[in-house]
Amino acid sequence: MRPGLAGDILNLTYEHLVLVFSAMAIAIAIGVPAGILLTRRARWRTPVLGVANILQTIPSLALFGFLIPLPLIGGIGPRTAIVALVVYALLPIVRNTLAGILGVDAAVRESAVAMGMTASQIFRQVELPLAARTILAGIRVATVATVGTATIAAAIGGGGLGVFIFRGVASVDTVQILAGAVPAALIALISDGGLGWIERKFAA
Amino acid sequence: MLRFANVCYRDVLQGLDFEVGEGRTLVLLGRSGSGKTTALKMVNALLMPTSGQVFVEGRATTEWNPIELRRRIGYVIQETGLFPHFTVTRNVAVVPSLNGWPPDRIERRVNELLERVGLAPKEYAQRYPRQLSGGQRQRVGVARALAADPPILLFDEPFGALDPVTRHEVRREFTALARDLGKTTLFVTHDVREAMELGDEIGLLANGRLVELLPANQFPNARSEEARAFLACLRDD
Repeated sequence: MRPGLAGDILNLTYEHLVLVFSAMAIAIAIGVPAGILLTRRARWRTPVLGVANILQTIPSLALFGFLIPLPLIGGIGPRTAIVALVVYALLPIVRNTLAGILGVDAAVRESAVAMGMTASQIFRQVELPLAARTILAGIRVATVATVGTATIAAAIGGGGLGVFIFRGVASVDTVQILAGAVPAALIALISDGGLGWIERKFAA
Repeated sequence: MLRFANVCYRDVLQGLDFEVGEGRTLVLLGRSGSGKTTALKMVNALLMPTSGQVFVEGRATTEWNPIELRRRIGYVIQETGLFPHFTVTRNVAVVPSLNGWPPDRIERRVNELLERVGLAPKEYAQRYPRQLSGGQRQRVGVARALAADPPILLFDEPFGALDPVTRHEVRREFTALARDLGKTTLFVTHDVREAMELGDEIGLLANGRLVELLPANQFPNARSEEARAFLACLRDD
């Protein structure tokens, strides 16, 4: 083990986690309400999901590159990287929120109406709890993908474990590549397991 | 108590006129697509008439606040529409909770109702709907409809999904319960036997029109073509 490598791993892992957490917090804060809104606005569904789909198809390295020249959100550094990660995380969250709420059995919804629940009571007591599992599944998929994509943030000076990987690739240094790839894989596995556990709690 | 005055709904219902007296049970009998479920949904304002009026307790459904109206009407549907994420207790407690009853009163009421529909609270109160048989779910559905002691009950083919034996049992218990409670009831079915067993009156619907409206015990004497078609399946059984 090279001197200082352990410390670097800790620092870059921390940076990586900050990137993922910030991006996911923003993506959830935008994606879940957007998905809920789309359940109420049928005409917006196709265009909104279409745009999200197209954004998803942009290769991630290219998207990071596109963002750099933009004012406010662009530039070099973690802020730009977070914007790009949010763009990628949105689609699964919006799609699953929409699918979860629309998937609530029509007979269940009708009996909620017939029992005299108001629209907001139906939403909070029936639709949201029944959709929770599907919404959480979307968040889990998005989180795992973001942990991986966040390694590319290093290409635009965003930091994170990608720093090791890019450096290792450039200098043909397998140890450096592994120092980035292994912690990233562990973060992905742990978040997948943890979020999967929360999801199953809602299966009851 | 409950009155339809020349009610039309798009091309589904064409001028329905009938009345359900206080504490009486009227069964709307008809084939699939005859408009009976549509008629039922007019009562709790799930649908509004395109012309004519439905009067509940003397007031047109268009004049009622729909939320207030629905909390005075118990509603039981075929798949019962129980909330899959609520226990039996919470399912039965829905309307009392919405009405802001204190917890101890809700608990007493839930236990009383579960006993009443033949589900021992100790054994069933904490179960989820998927842990019950079809017949048990239907009983919970009835208990839920009765929870806030509404003056009016609506049933939309509640026993349709049950096997014949369970169906017979639940129906017999329900008949006894209904007689005890004396609620004003509108009951929808396509089963002529069920109609004659449960109804004080039978209204026979065909293509959105009421072709017969008569006391249940006189239904075998009905002469219309549609009534004869229904009576024929009684003989074939």
